[in-house]
Amino acid sequence: MDIYRSLINIVGRDSVSNSQEELFIYSRDSGAQRPRRADYVVMPGTVKEVQDVVILANKEKIPITPLGGGFTLSALVVPNKGGIVMDMKRMDRVIEVNEINRYALVEAGVSQAKLKSYLEKNHPRLQHSTPEAPPTVTVVGNALIQGHGHISSRYGINSDMINGMEVVLPTGEVCRIGSSSVGPYWFTRGPLPDLPGLFIGWFGTTGVVTKLSMKLYPRPGYRELLTFSTDNIDLIPDAIFEVTQVDLLEDFFLINQEKPDWMNHVFFCLILSGHTKEELELKKNIYKKVFLEFNTLKGSRGADKMKLVEDLHPALRKRFLDVPPVAALAADFRKGGGFEYTGTILPIDKIPEAWRKGIEIAHKHGMICSYVHQILGGHSIMFAFNYSFNRADEKDVERTRKALEESNRLTFELGGMVWKGEVGAQRLAMARMDPNTAELIKKVKKSLDPNGIMNPGNWEVVK
Amino acid sequence: MKYEDIIHRCFRCGYCKLTGDYSDFNCPPYRKFKFETYSPGGRMWLIRGWLNGEIKESERFREILFSCTMCANCVEHCVFTFSDDLVNIFIAAREEMVNKGIVPPAVRDYLKNIHVNGNPYKESADERGKWADGTSVEAYGDQEYLFYVGCVGSYDERGKKIARAVGNLLTRAGVSMGILGNAECCDGNEVKALGEASLFNLLAEQNIVLFKKLGVKKIITLDPHAFNAFKNDYPALGGEFEVYHYTQILSPLIQSGKMPLTEYNLGITYHDPCYLGRHNGEYDAPRAILKTIPGVRLIEMEQNRENAFCCGGGGGNFFTDILGGGEDSPGRIRVRQALDTGARIIAVSCPQCAKMLEDAIKVEEQEDKLKVMDVAEIVSNAMG
Ligand SMILES: Cc1cc2nc3c(=O)[nH]c(=O)nc-3n(C[C@H](O)[C@H](O)[C@H](O)COP(=O)(O)OP(=O)(O)OC[C@H]3O[C@@H](n4cnc5c(N)ncnc54)[C@H](O)[C@@H]3O)c2cc1C
Repeated sequence: MDIYRSLINIVGRDSVSNSQEELFIYSRDSGAQRPRRADYVVMPGTVKEVQDVVILANKEKIPITPLGGGFTLSALVVPNKGGIVMDMKRMDRVIEVNEINRYALVEAGVSQAKLKSYLEKNHPRLQHSTPEAPPTVTVVGNALIQGHGHISSRYGINSDMINGMEVVLPTGEVCRIGSSSVGPYWFTRGPLPDLPGLFIGWFGTTGVVTKLSMKLYPRPGYRELLTFSTDNIDLIPDAIFEVTQVDLLEDFFLINQEKPDWMNHVFFCLILSGHTKEELELKKNIYKKVFLEFNTLKGSRGADKMKLVEDLHPALRKRFLDVPPVAALAADFRKGGGFEYTGTILPIDKIPEAWRKGIEIAHKHGMICSYVHQILGGHSIMFAFNYSFNRADEKDVERTRKALEESNRLTFELGGMVWKGEVGAQRLAMARMDPNTAELIKKVKKSLDPNGIMNPGNWEVVK
Repeated sequence: MKYEDIIHRCFRCGYCKLTGDYSDFNCPPYRKFKFETYSPGGRMWLIRGWLNGEIKESERFREILFSCTMCANCVEHCVFTFSDDLVNIFIAAREEMVNKGIVPPAVRDYLKNIHVNGNPYKESADERGKWADGTSVEAYGDQEYLFYVGCVGSYDERGKKIARAVGNLLTRAGVSMGILGNAECCDGNEVKALGEASLFNLLAEQNIVLFKKLGVKKIITLDPHAFNAFKNDYPALGGEFEVYHYTQILSPLIQSGKMPLTEYNLGITYHDPCYLGRHNGEYDAPRAILKTIPGVRLIEMEQNRENAFCCGGGGGNFFTDILGGGEDSPGRIRVRQALDTGARIIAVSCPQCAKMLEDAIKVEEQEDKLKVMDVAEIVSNAMG
């Protein structure tokens, strides 16, 4: 069967390609993983087109890799076994914003940028949780990989904000999940068996999400950054505990950079917001008090003591208050256009150890350590082992791959989890996994996708 | 290739394809084709792949490189320190293709016509000054300014009308200026954009010699494309002139009340030409003119100034049409953006934009709702 022709019949000539140019671009991403072959790139414009492509692929047993913004950096959108890359960006409508019930229903190709500007223009009192990723990435891709945004410290990670979705199953059925399966509203995912879980964190191995409803939240009028610093890494877990006992944060980061010298401290960046100036002032005063009391509690002195950073560099202030910040600049730290990180979801008490070992890994591979970690509600931290590399220097790219691999191993050794891990990290997880759990993953995949067409190679049981 | 040392630094993060407020994708070929390959980042990676031998020269590769309109939205919005060089990188890649003789036929024909005729219309040089017949525009002698019209203003029917409107206005305003008529030659802006560096140098040197011989010190251009070449590229070749776009000359004259205007009761939206706006930072002069006309309500499109969406004619596409038509062609998108304002007129200050948008209005079948007028034509009407 002429697959290319069949694809053209479904989506039209302009929305399918098997040219070397598209295959080149869609067989690699901006991270450090090696390219992997794609055979076709398809851009469906409707649910029916998605469905028809899936039915064709299922019949012909051709892999499909769904792609949103393609910016996990861990090559999750680069096919492991060839086949079709399904770029969702033609499906880019914000279908509905229900203001009073605070949700937005979007198609799979809607970018963070689009939803943000749509809300700013039409519903300025509401916001969605926006990741630091480039604004071209999709709302759906981010939610499906359990991403986190600028209000995740307060409201939870972005996948927790999913109310429901529409999915094309690997066998071609279109399925609604959440309240929209029983009524007209897309306002809640339960109380029902929690089916969204069949598609969240699966990296597109269980179906193609075509629509998704996300919770929206109040947008405060005032925001400010309050920063404290210390040189004592061992104080971090207790400090996080105390700060998150007072439940008033919008967002919370830990940062450190070995160069320049003024950045080489542990910075606690607290993003506070308020609907009135008074509310914001109150929160600022409360957190200043929290740190004062923390110093007293710990009897901290000298460099150990938590200090309020009064003369914060304006660039740093901007970096944390911009939604989203231009975090992509990390790719040019070494004038090489490359950046990838192991996103480690780590228990809070393991931070000091991870911190020290992360520096060792960076140094071992000739890199300077640079950390930006997001604290996720006082239960865990997204601890980022960041590596900027020079795309034009294959040895440097290889060093980065090694550093990532070591960070992945370290993560598991510390009892953490690798978030949006590349295939290598997934294999590490599967190898350590309770065999019955691994078997359950396999069974779920098999029952939804009997021919194994959906992004194969991901979450596979290690023999 | 020039800039080879920075090309790998593109992360392909995509800020380059957005507007500054992220409200929409603003890269013309990306809007039209939607594959990542047609975005500035995709182009950067493909050029690198081509230089490394991973990408073979092909029709599609040529289309990807030559459909770029050089609108500089990427230059404006890329977040990296090499952003200023993005358009230069695309030109450098085109230069490589020209040198290897592997450009698309439409590009080859355009360059050949310039080479042979000194204009892309295959017209004789004797026709060049005809647009001025019946006007009181004088030949250049010892006037203060040279009024340089360019190929589109000299040969294209729509362009000629605009040239006449501008020429007449400058004359009525008492601006001391003259034209070269049949002695005028192509400014070379598109030749450079299409990657023919040596032909560009030849044209520029020829023009510079002529201008100097005639004692030209100050130039007014009709076309922002010529304005761009004279202002940014000629100095390096020894052509240092004071260069103005015609709106920059008219704006103070109109604002000072020297040109009495009658009421012109209309909603007008203004389309920024890329070579006047993003490439040269002139957003205010045309707007100031429009705002001075009594009764005119200037209604901005959502994508304006630094975020203006290109008409699709830049980077040589006006002549080569490699970007092509269709529902998502930039001209048609821009017309729909203009319609959203409720304005009855799209004001332009570039003959290439005028033509692109007029064609798009026809295809969109919106002739009864929207009309394209050059700023000079609007002023002429308001002067009665
Ligand atoms: C500088 C930088 C900063 C970042 N900061 C953050 C951050 O703060 N928070 C954060 O969460 N992430 C961050 N990221 C990581 C990543 O860019 C984001 O999580 C991004 O939102 C992922 O979305 P995407 O559209 O690129 O997904 P993709 O990479 O396109 O897709 C992710 C996975 O989901 C699958 N998928 C995509 N669409 C569908 C669909 N419709 N149906 C089924 N499966 C689908 C894909 O196959 C893939 O497995 C950052 C990245 C960079 C480069």
